[in-house]
Amino acid sequence: MKTLVYVEHDNASMKDATLAVVTAASQLGEVHALVAGHNCGAVADAAAKIAGISKVHVADNAAYANQLAENVAPLVADLMGHHDAVLFPATAHGKNIAPRVAAQLDVMQISDILSVESADTFTRPIYAGNAIATVQSSDAKKVITVRGTAFAKAEATGGSAAVEAVSGPGDAGTSSFVGAEIVKLERPELTSAKIIVSGGRALKDGPTFEATIFPLADKLGAAVGASRAAVDAGYVPNDYQVGQTGKIVAPEVYIAVGISGAIQHLAGMKDSKTIIAINKDEDAPIFQVADIGLVGDLFNVVPELTGKL
Amino acid sequence: MKILVPVKRVIDYNVKPRVKPDGTGVDLSNVKMSMNPFDEIAVEEAIRLKEKGAANEIVAVSIGPDKAQETLRTALAMGADRAILVVAEDVEPLGVAKILAKIVEEEAPGLVILGKQAIDDDSNQTGQMLAALTGRPQGTFASKVEVKGDAVEVTREVDGGLETVSLKTPAIVTTDLRLNEPRYASLPNIMKAKSKPLAQKTPADYGVDVSPRLKTLKVAEPPVRSAGIKVADVDALVAKLKEMGVAG
Repeated sequence: MKTLVYVEHDNASMKDATLAVVTAASQLGEVHALVAGHNCGAVADAAAKIAGISKVHVADNAAYANQLAENVAPLVADLMGHHDAVLFPATAHGKNIAPRVAAQLDVMQISDILSVESADTFTRPIYAGNAIATVQSSDAKKVITVRGTAFAKAEATGGSAAVEAVSGPGDAGTSSFVGAEIVKLERPELTSAKIIVSGGRALKDGPTFEATIFPLADKLGAAVGASRAAVDAGYVPNDYQVGQTGKIVAPEVYIAVGISGAIQHLAGMKDSKTIIAINKDEDAPIFQVADIGLVGDLFNVVPELTGKL
Repeated sequence: MKILVPVKRVIDYNVKPRVKPDGTGVDLSNVKMSMNPFDEIAVEEAIRLKEKGAANEIVAVSIGPDKAQETLRTALAMGADRAILVVAEDVEPLGVAKILAKIVEEEAPGLVILGKQAIDDDSNQTGQMLAALTGRPQGTFASKVEVKGDAVEVTREVDGGLETVSLKTPAIVTTDLRLNEPRYASLPNIMKAKSKPLAQKTPADYGVDVSPRLKTLKVAEPPVRSAGIKVADVDALVAKLKEMGVAG
């Protein structure tokens, strides 16, 4: 089977999420990659070095600069004339484009796969991860999005794929990019961090959240996350949110501070290797999934912990 | 401008789903069902656009079982003007998008606002698929929607922040959580909704084949995490962290 991996990037560098997708694709067959962007040569070079990729298709065109789905989907659909499956990372970006490609090809997409069981059978989470479905596709072509935390990352070096320029239909003329506000992070990014310290509604307000959670995170070199309740209450911006409707994370260590453990939140972090919970309510559901629990007032416990590390 | 708002009847978001012992699916008997939360946000956004004068009619549509009538009545009670129910069970996103594309052809809405995903199958596909099938631009995961002449500006929630795109109308928008807070329907509006028009259709009326492409072989419980240990104090926690090599 010939597969195509959609490389996630910002024209300057490749995003790590791509590497897990390459691993999933290599379980299906030969792996090609597509880099759609503008002045994205550096990304194509990086993709060519990923172990396991045999060819990189590069579509370098101003129409693909911001990877608008209206422009990129027809390009991917064209390339599917020579590929049997296309795999996207299940990120905001991948989820935006993949279904548009699927509908163009008259294919029912398989979203957010957790494993490849065979060439046409996959597992995927449903009901916010409260159930895992095994599904078999009868479509000749497969359109798939891949949950990054479910697959090991392919080696970013060691490959030497051929790079080939491709062109697509270009600008569909129906949409344009206005601007972006990307928050510059001083800490590791949530989805790739080894350690995450997350805060919940118990943190009271924005300044208290910062004063309590940030020092502990910095001591551990950790990323900072938050529950939906904390985000909805405005303590931190929305991109901190861990949960079914936010980011799905699986770090080595997840420290949940003042988080009760709602189903929505657990769905986003229960695949973490070690979960540590700090909560003053000993009956909080978070303790049912935590490997290490500490019952206590976070406003005493967290500063003490930060001090003793 | 007319706005079309597709809504789905799903398990209530507060209910913990239980997998059937025979592994054929999730047990939905005697379970509270509600409008998909993202769809509620879509209905609310349509109403706000109408209140601002950017829209003059809101049509709610659902593709689902007979009981999806209740979901449509909820949309009507919130403020939609009329409803269309396409009676069909377990239609996949691709099939739903095909039916919606036919309705879009008939109704010619300036905007279709959908929830970004349904909380049952978590597919996150229908809006994008509808956009592809109708050749319209898409603004997915919207946290802000502004109609500007013959364009709509959509601020989208993307990894790491926000992105704004301008779409030529007619366009497709899918909602994210922070777009708005949906209103509760008032009792008088719930009463009024009972007499608003609700048309019943079938997929055959639209000539759409909705046979599934994905076969569910099995539905299983996720691997269960068991509760670990509780430590007595911060010193014990620090010791554990050191054991794990997390703290020096």
